[in-house]
Amino acid sequence: MNITLKLYASLSEFLPAGAVENTVQIEVPERCSLNEVIDRYRVPRRLAHLVLINGHFIEESQRDGPMLKEGDALAIWPPVAGG
Amino acid sequence: MAWTKKFLRVNLTDGTVASEDLNMDWADQYIGQRGLATRYLVDEIDPKCDPLGPDNKLIMTTGPLTGTMASTGGRYSVVTKSPLTGCVACSNSGGFIGAEMKMAGWDMIIFEGKSPNPVYLHIENDNAQLLSAEQLWGKSAWDTDKIIHATHNDPQTRIACVGRSAEQGCMYAAVINDLHRAAGRSGVGTVMASKNLKAVAIRGTKGVAGIKDPARFMTAVNEAKQVLADNEVTGVGLPTFGTQVLMNVINEVGAMPTRNMREVQFEGAHKISAEAMAEPREADGKPNLTTNAGCFGCTIACGRISTIAPGHFSIENKPQYMANSGGLEYEAAWALGSDTGVDDLDALTYANFVCNEDGMDPISFGATVAAAMEMFEAGVIDTSNTDGLEFKFGSAEALCKAAEMVATGDGFGKDLGLGSKRLCEKYGRPELSMTVKGQEFPAYDPRGIQGMGLTYATSNRGACHLRSYTVASEILGVPVKTDPLSTEGKADLVKAFQDATAAVDSTGLCVFTTFAWTLENFAPQLDAACDGEWTPEKLAEAGERIWNMERDFNNRAGMTAADDTLPERFFKEEANSGPAQGKTSGLKEMLPEYYQVRGWNADGSPTDETRSRLSLP
Repeated sequence: MNITLKLYASLSEFLPAGAVENTVQIEVPERCSLNEVIDRYRVPRRLAHLVLINGHFIEESQRDGPMLKEGDALAIWPPVAGG
Repeated sequence: MAWTKKFLRVNLTDGTVASEDLNMDWADQYIGQRGLATRYLVDEIDPKCDPLGPDNKLIMTTGPLTGTMASTGGRYSVVTKSPLTGCVACSNSGGFIGAEMKMAGWDMIIFEGKSPNPVYLHIENDNAQLLSAEQLWGKSAWDTDKIIHATHNDPQTRIACVGRSAEQGCMYAAVINDLHRAAGRSGVGTVMASKNLKAVAIRGTKGVAGIKDPARFMTAVNEAKQVLADNEVTGVGLPTFGTQVLMNVINEVGAMPTRNMREVQFEGAHKISAEAMAEPREADGKPNLTTNAGCFGCTIACGRISTIAPGHFSIENKPQYMANSGGLEYEAAWALGSDTGVDDLDALTYANFVCNEDGMDPISFGATVAAAMEMFEAGVIDTSNTDGLEFKFGSAEALCKAAEMVATGDGFGKDLGLGSKRLCEKYGRPELSMTVKGQEFPAYDPRGIQGMGLTYATSNRGACHLRSYTVASEILGVPVKTDPLSTEGKADLVKAFQDATAAVDSTGLCVFTTFAWTLENFAPQLDAACDGEWTPEKLAEAGERIWNMERDFNNRAGMTAADDTLPERFFKEEANSGPAQGKTSGLKEMLPEYYQVRGWNADGSPTDETRSRLSLP
């Protein structure tokens, strides 16, 4: 299935070629887990801190289960903060 | 250094400068900086006084750890009664002048009265005198800085000053220090100019003294620095990307207030984000961001230094803006960009430069421009009001011109300088002003982050994200993750953040350390440096005391529970996209519980039991 992958801040370096504005369309297997996507692009798991599907926060404990659906946007940040 | 235990009292009416001893009982109860200066303000002014009259006082204040080896020990605050809100104002700034004040031997400076002519205060260690500022009045903050340095022939003098906007009565004028740091919010610069006080110039060469246990202090400081270095946020994220890293985060979670807070996501967010600031640009192959920058003693260094792309319309024939200068923070980029619909990074950077140059709060400025844009769109104002400008959402030209006009108070700039509340009231559309207690909202939509709605409504200085930055918990998972769309538990969360932040704001250290530190990390540093015993519990209690004292002042100034609210937009207009789609603010559920956990009556005043427990003045 097709999903949108967005990797931001220091995770930008793990984006595949062809990304525009930190965003790329990727093909993933049905019932793919978040950790499978994280590992596929070699994002260190400890740096995948803020993980959102369509803007909703996903708990670390849910990353091994099949959370993704066709058309979802998966966005990942390292630990970040601001004001 | 801890406290020097001395402060300066400057009577601007009489032109006198005198040294006084610091009230150490108050230092023990209110710590320093925000807490201690507010304690003096509460004691010395009538809460109902005219903020721009001679009976208001302006206090520049450091904390006990300002100027020490503690990381981020460069903070100082400007405390007064705000002309924008009518509430207590406490604006915090970094840079170098706070440390310089301590090194000169002073914890604090209280300005009272009004000078008959423009003056500036020059301090060199024990010598402090008021000097004529006739040659500075009418000059920008940057020119003022240059002239004072040349006059005293000392490039190491540190200067805090106001620009032309304050002189023109802009209600959100800032006090600029070290060229691009600012005590930004609530019109503290407006108060300074109302007293004919143009600048404070300080040179301090006394160095560090007065630390209770220097060896233990250095151990505590080094341990705390290691915590900052090892933390991904303070050690990597903030220095690399600055606060602007939040632009894409807050947009993705659907809490990005857009076009005067009508919408909750901005299609141009990426173009004005930290990632965009790092992208090489077409004009010259360089990124907007040149480097990061740090304040005195800071090991985080989250500041931004930027340039505008050569050839950009905003700097045509203006070589004074073509060099490196203070770049965009998230709040500035939000207000100047998402809130106005402008996605031109160089236009935002230019407007930000102008805000630093002439001392305006970019949050209030941008949000006021946004309100004006909505009125223009609705036909309430037109080009006959705006000096011919097509004041449409998304117009970079209107944004840049507006910054120049507010800086000098010319034409429509005078109107924009009123701030959005008074501007919208003037044109009969008060409901289009996105403010609480007269101060413009910052960069988090209360429909998308419910705890921030309670934060804004109950903040002691009007809409403010810093008073209780629950975004840390609700979005970023620091210290623990909570659900941004839920109202449950937010009363306790907001109170905890408010109290802890009040304590941190009183120490002389930067609130950004709290992404890695808790009060458990602050306490050993304070305990080793300062007289008395400082534990995390004592700090938390001091924070609660400071919060209630500020609230009490505001109540006596005329605020009531009815002012603890949000614009109708957030109750009537649902978020139109993203995770919060369909939601409005649940403030009305959270507020009664908040009053309860605070120990307040239904009218929002501290109960007798709370007053007694905290020994409120």
